[in-house]
Amino acid sequence: MKKLSKTTVRNLFTYLLVIAAFVICQSMVNAGAMSRSLRGQLVPICVYVVMAVSLNLTVGISGELSLGHAGFMSVGAFSGIVASTWLLGAFSMENEVVRLILAMVFGGVFAGIAGVIIGVPVLRLRGDYLAIVTLAFGEIIRNVLNCLYISIDAGRVYISFNSPNIPGEMLVNGPAGATGVDKIATFGMGFALILFTLVVVLNLINSRSGRAIMAVRDNRIAAESMGINVTKYRMMAFVTSAVLAGMAGALYGLNYSSVQASKFDFNTSILVLVFVVLGGIGNICGSVIAATLLTILPELLRAFSDYRMLVYAIVLILVMLATNSPVARAFFERVALKFKPSKAGKGGNAA
Amino acid sequence: MTLFLSYLISGISLGSVYAIIALGYTMVYGIAKMLNFAHGDVIMIGAYISFCVTQYLGLPAFVSVVAAMAVCTALGIVIEGLAYRPLRQAASLAVLITAIGVSYLLQNVALLIWGSNPKNFTSVFSVGAITLFGGTLTITSETILTVLANIVIMIGLTLFTGKTKVGKAMRAVSEDKGAAELMGINVNHTITITFAIGSALAAIAGVLLCSSYPTLQPTTGSMPGIKAFTAAVFGGIGSIPGAMIGGVLLGVIEILGKAYVSTELGDAFVFAVLIVVLLVKPTGLLGKQVREKV
Repeated sequence: MKKLSKTTVRNLFTYLLVIAAFVICQSMVNAGAMSRSLRGQLVPICVYVVMAVSLNLTVGISGELSLGHAGFMSVGAFSGIVASTWLLGAFSMENEVVRLILAMVFGGVFAGIAGVIIGVPVLRLRGDYLAIVTLAFGEIIRNVLNCLYISIDAGRVYISFNSPNIPGEMLVNGPAGATGVDKIATFGMGFALILFTLVVVLNLINSRSGRAIMAVRDNRIAAESMGINVTKYRMMAFVTSAVLAGMAGALYGLNYSSVQASKFDFNTSILVLVFVVLGGIGNICGSVIAATLLTILPELLRAFSDYRMLVYAIVLILVMLATNSPVARAFFERVALKFKPSKAGKGGNAA
Repeated sequence: MTLFLSYLISGISLGSVYAIIALGYTMVYGIAKMLNFAHGDVIMIGAYISFCVTQYLGLPAFVSVVAAMAVCTALGIVIEGLAYRPLRQAASLAVLITAIGVSYLLQNVALLIWGSNPKNFTSVFSVGAITLFGGTLTITSETILTVLANIVIMIGLTLFTGKTKVGKAMRAVSEDKGAAELMGINVNHTITITFAIGSALAAIAGVLLCSSYPTLQPTTGSMPGIKAFTAAVFGGIGSIPGAMIGGVLLGVIEILGKAYVSTELGDAFVFAVLIVVLLVKPTGLLGKQVREKV
């Protein structure tokens, strides 16, 4: 048998991990061995895993710090909700799975359009300036969605800005957000979305385009002089990431009966960024694990009740210090040396 | 006309608060090359300290401001020493996430101590307001004091960084850490001083902010923090006069945008202006254009 390459093994491990986690969770749900609050977290976990993997494409692979990823999520959520209700009304599409898939496609497409609109000006900037502009765009999207009124009347979608005077049943009601949403998101579909995201992102990374994206990240000028179209590849990573975030957003929106634009604020963007950084920048498998653990962590910390966000903050700071400070790193390397002499010096790629 | 003037004045007042916060961001960024996201929460702590000193201890306003400055300075030094100093050599994203962790920590500590119910901050100033144009235009004492404080701080900081030994050391460290160290400057010490000054300014900003907008809760600092960060970028991050100009302009744009365009879209308007400015001048209004060498 041909020896598998390191990347293939790594990717296979990621897929297997996700599939195994899904099988375990699903059988636990079926056996009734999972607590109610944890069961409610299953779809959000899927959403955040997809968000983290897609943001990792921007931050880790393409090397652009984006602080507005939740903006794409909200675009996806609202367009997904509208699409789902519209499909039900106009085509009386009862099949929930097909409707959810189409809603996610709609969410992805609209978030992708937003990604193109934002990417064109943003990707001219570098470093911290790029970060602040993505933050600004995230806030603008949130503000604009707060003024948006959408209603559906006899299969027609009415959109109005800043005034609720439109015919039909209100679906999106300005600052009150979308209400009366059909909750059609399921854990199985979330799992499918994770697999889809992994296939897209992992294949993109290991393709010619992915190598071009990473070349631009490592040295823009060198890549440019090798004939790589910098703008094209930066846009490719940014828009792909936006599309995936939009699909995750649609799944998220259809998991609750009401969704407000204020849910997708700066803090949500930061939360996803925390997943990416803790999981390891550029490490897709790490993003999956970090997103899962950190979404469950506040649930597990319920025993601390009022103190749980405090504990979360302290854990976050300590983990960052432990994985990044030179003193702690030297300590871990010494420990590793003691236990596994053959693997000495290999540590430190965790973050 | 008087309506426009009153909007303009409240814009300048709000902008002055942003400018004072932005100074903290810009100084820390200039010297440590890190985005200190916890800065907004230091503002909130400062406001709470001032609130407690006046409300529970019954001490005069002036004392409360000094107490807030003292506590925030200590807080800034502790945060820098415990959370940021070990990561001096780490990737900037790691430091950013740590700063976010510190921000969560401060918000939750405040939540535990003072609860989530908004406190009604009483203005620390009791000077009368000025009325102009036969009573159609009122300038409150908060506005006057905020603008005055801003001007004093601005002049003070310019003199400090230009004339004193410590200030010169700060500029040297922000220009080239390695070379500054070779010249015998204690880099760690200088960075600590920068954090101390930035946090003291944050305390003043907190008191001024809550004197004009009196609801005080654990998340009070985050939005002004983000806006002030925007202001710092707007003016060119790392530049002290840039932070001042950026802050005041941002405040004026926000108030005018809310008054004449749309109340809900005021913030969106601010960020849109920022984006347009950055597209025309990618390093902000007064930022230095760094040429890339190949």
